[in-house]
Amino acid sequence: MAAEIKLKPGLYIHIPFCIKKCPYCDFYSTADSRLIPAWLDAVKREILLYREYSSSFSTLYFGGGTPTVINEHAMRELVGFLHENFTFLPGAEKTIEANPNDLSRENLKMLRDLGFNRISLGVQSFDRELLEFLERRHTVYEAEQAIELIREAGFSNLNIDIMYAIPGQTRDKWISTLSRAVSFKPEHVSCYQLTLKEGTPFWNLRKNSTICMPEETDEEAFFLETAKFLKHRGYLHYEVSNFARDMKYVSVHNSLYWKHHPYLGLGPAAHSFFNNTRWWNCKSVKQYLKSFEDGNTPVEGREELTDDQLRLESLFLNFRTTGGMDIESFQTFKRVGTVLPILEKSNLVKIKDGRVVPTTKGLLVADSIPCLFL
Amino acid sequence: MEHIRNFSIIAHIDHGKSTLADRLIQHAGLINKREFRDQILDSMDIERERGITIKSQTVTLPYKNDRGEDFELNLIDTPGHVDFSYEVSRALASCEGVLLLIDAAQGVEAQTMANLYAAMEHDLEIIPVINKIDLPAADIERVREEIEIELGLDSDAAILCSAKAGTGIEEVFKAITERIPPPKGTTKKPLSALIFDAQYDSFRGTIISCRVFDGSIRNGDTIRFVSNSATHRVEEVGVFRLKLERRKELSAGEVGYLIAGIKTVSDTSVGDTITLESNPSAVLLPGFKEPKPMVFSSVYPIAADDYLSLAESLDKYKLNDAALVYQKDSSAALGQGFRCGFLGLLHLEIVQERLEREFGQFILMTAPSVKYKFLLKSGEKVTVDNPHYYPDPGEIEKSEEPFVRIAIIIPERYMGAVMQLCMERRGVNSKFNYPTHGRIEINFDLPLAEVIYDFYDRLKTITQGYGSFDYEFLDYRESSLVKVDMLVNHEKVDALSLIVHQNNSRKRALNICERLKEEIPRQMFKIIIQGAIGGNIIARSTINPYRKDVTAKCYGGDITRKRKLLEKQRKGKSRMKMVGAVEIPQKAFISILKTDDS
Ligand SMILES: Nc1nc2c(ncn2[C@@H]2O[C@H](COP(=O)(O)OP(=O)(O)O)[C@@H](O)[C@H]2O)c(=O)[nH]1
Ligand code: SF4
Repeated sequence: MAAEIKLKPGLYIHIPFCIKKCPYCDFYSTADSRLIPAWLDAVKREILLYREYSSSFSTLYFGGGTPTVINEHAMRELVGFLHENFTFLPGAEKTIEANPNDLSRENLKMLRDLGFNRISLGVQSFDRELLEFLERRHTVYEAEQAIELIREAGFSNLNIDIMYAIPGQTRDKWISTLSRAVSFKPEHVSCYQLTLKEGTPFWNLRKNSTICMPEETDEEAFFLETAKFLKHRGYLHYEVSNFARDMKYVSVHNSLYWKHHPYLGLGPAAHSFFNNTRWWNCKSVKQYLKSFEDGNTPVEGREELTDDQLRLESLFLNFRTTGGMDIESFQTFKRVGTVLPILEKSNLVKIKDGRVVPTTKGLLVADSIPCLFL
Repeated sequence: MEHIRNFSIIAHIDHGKSTLADRLIQHAGLINKREFRDQILDSMDIERERGITIKSQTVTLPYKNDRGEDFELNLIDTPGHVDFSYEVSRALASCEGVLLLIDAAQGVEAQTMANLYAAMEHDLEIIPVINKIDLPAADIERVREEIEIELGLDSDAAILCSAKAGTGIEEVFKAITERIPPPKGTTKKPLSALIFDAQYDSFRGTIISCRVFDGSIRNGDTIRFVSNSATHRVEEVGVFRLKLERRKELSAGEVGYLIAGIKTVSDTSVGDTITLESNPSAVLLPGFKEPKPMVFSSVYPIAADDYLSLAESLDKYKLNDAALVYQKDSSAALGQGFRCGFLGLLHLEIVQERLEREFGQFILMTAPSVKYKFLLKSGEKVTVDNPHYYPDPGEIEKSEEPFVRIAIIIPERYMGAVMQLCMERRGVNSKFNYPTHGRIEINFDLPLAEVIYDFYDRLKTITQGYGSFDYEFLDYRESSLVKVDMLVNHEKVDALSLIVHQNNSRKRALNICERLKEEIPRQMFKIIIQGAIGGNIIARSTINPYRKDVTAKCYGGDITRKRKLLEKQRKGKSRMKMVGAVEIPQKAFISILKTDDS
């Protein structure tokens, strides 16, 4: 999958609105939908700032928040404006993240008309109790309904997001969610472990012992079983949390992040990366809006990566994907000679076609492997 | 000479020695109130933190008594730990009297006793001073009683003062001038002066602190060190104010400094006698000892690239610490480093801390060892202070280890516990003395290896700080020794090898396995720690791997965050040593020196 990704940049638009905040989520989003018109205006201004920069993009990704909460009018206007100012390569992957109960026949038709060809559906679980525990807005039925409508509308590239290691989730429950997900033959499945971030309501609940998170050995078991289950059903485990039914369904956009390919991110909290420079916008919608009012750009920070930093990033990014790292680049790191054989022996990495790639067990500790070579 | 007094202040830690010294300096008018900075004499950070004086400093205080006579009072500071007992004895040898400081609330404590004995050995006039009388908890009557009963001194002679509040200071001065005898000696005899300290100054070279007993030294004189006959031309002599103050000469009875183009402190030896080349005094002042390293350990830079900078730092450090000896060393697991010799464990720790703090070196030290002697079957004799060079066991005819004679003074109630400790540590040949009522002095012959292994800490724990402790080298004695190697994931970590007595080997090995298990963080694979004698595994522990650490998502902004985290970890690595793929924190190497129960 590495080779065929075009070096053309990707475009990310952050839509920071959710109808209701989920108790485990620490993404930046707001439930204040009154800000949408002003936000739309500002994003359009930001688009104008960059219109000179890139002639064409290889991907488009609407992420959130919940992109599907903005109304048809705003959606059309935004996508229209994007196409007025930017061009996209033919066949560009165009993804929108969607919440099941925001989708209707009409609305899906519109998304298709606007050029989206991939939907990433936030199902999280096919278990009623767990969905309720997660305080999601949708029901199991609505999720299933949404999948049918998505297919009906002609989307042939669907990702389903599901989550494991939820308090109260047994392995059986998880396997049945996985089976249900797979029964819809999605082209892509993302399986995330629920992790609690400081400041979220769940974090506090755990702190006062109201909820109890699974043990490390359970987490391990969830992960390994997931990998095994999906592999048996023909899915390719290509990144820690991501599975594709086929090479061609590997998420092009997300791969840009992992391969240091360029991307432009617009909207509050969005990050961009071009020519070894990364920059990011201010987080909150209010600040974002204010920067335009003040005649400034919303860019809050910027860093130019040194060669060493790029190397370091590529080390940990590569070890999160089963593509791994080519041996030559890898050998420039410290201690490779002593540590690599030990990792191989411990079945954490293997060498395949001139690349050092993490095994499934290795993906479990992908964040630590780089530490050995610092 | 009638108007010179040479004295030291001796005290248990925290009884106010530094505060009193500062107060005397202030009272003598060497500094005004505004400059009065707390604790001028203890200038090194480590000393202040640990509350011990390592390098002594000296100051000459001018004083006019109520009859208008001018005095010069030389306050000679003394280091306060057993590793430096030799320096203490040289400082005391330069005095005629001491102030024995006792906290009015704490009363007589272990070091008060030990210090008293040291002062008595030198036949010094002892002036008990009860300090901190301003404290609400001060119990002067009780302290007086202790002075009478436990120290056997006349409590009526005790002076009451508060170094902090500044009360009783004039009385202290009075007692110094009236009760401490003036120095004896004559300028008519050939020069004999005692070196009691030496410090390195980057501009002027070595500054020698000395006490002149007979004769005098002037600029331009050619002096000779009696121990090694080295000669030097004197560039400057003078006395210690807060800065150096030049004088034309130093003569009998005086204390001062001398600069003579001596490059490093190691070219001089504390305790040596200085005389004049032209008119030498034949005799060495009594008590001279070459500083002898007793404890050996290797020092490695944590990052191999830092070897050269470590070498430079050691060179610089050595300028000011003659007691440290070192030479190049290398280890399979740890790369290039230095084998160092120290006076004792505290000295070792101080060197380590100062290298880190003052020279910015991240270092790792191997398990300390003493010097062992082996007679091989071939008839060859070898001396080994590094487990790395332990001879092939099949070749060894006879092994010997150094023994010391220890002296412990404690209140009688701790006798049982201390006896037990000494026996556990293979003590033999015990002897008891009752120096004063309620106190007991215990002597034992103990292997030095047992003493450096945590003995002093244990003693302090079981005697709640009341144990005073001193040791001196005795001889080498036959002993059955083995070398224990530690393996981490089957790889020998030579820095953790140690030579121990056969009977202790399993216990020590188990102890180290457990320590390492605590100190080495879990890693992504199982870590097996083993202790082995030859091919025989005698102890083992395992550290289970962590199972999962990966974060679920990593997009746009997460990448920067994650990289920063790694960059931080990389910095933290400067305190880790990689052995194979296992990260061993510096702490782990130090932790193995401690026993379970300390
Ligand atoms: N109240 C009171 N505290 C004192 C007096 N002398 C010293 N101290 C305090 O006792 C502590 C130890 O004093 P220091 O001079 O460092 O003791 P050293 O370890 O003997 O040098 C410090 O906190 C001093 O401020 C005193 O006369 N009265
Ligand atoms: S919908 Fe998604 S972005 Fe919004 S709060 Fe829930 S998890 Fe977070």
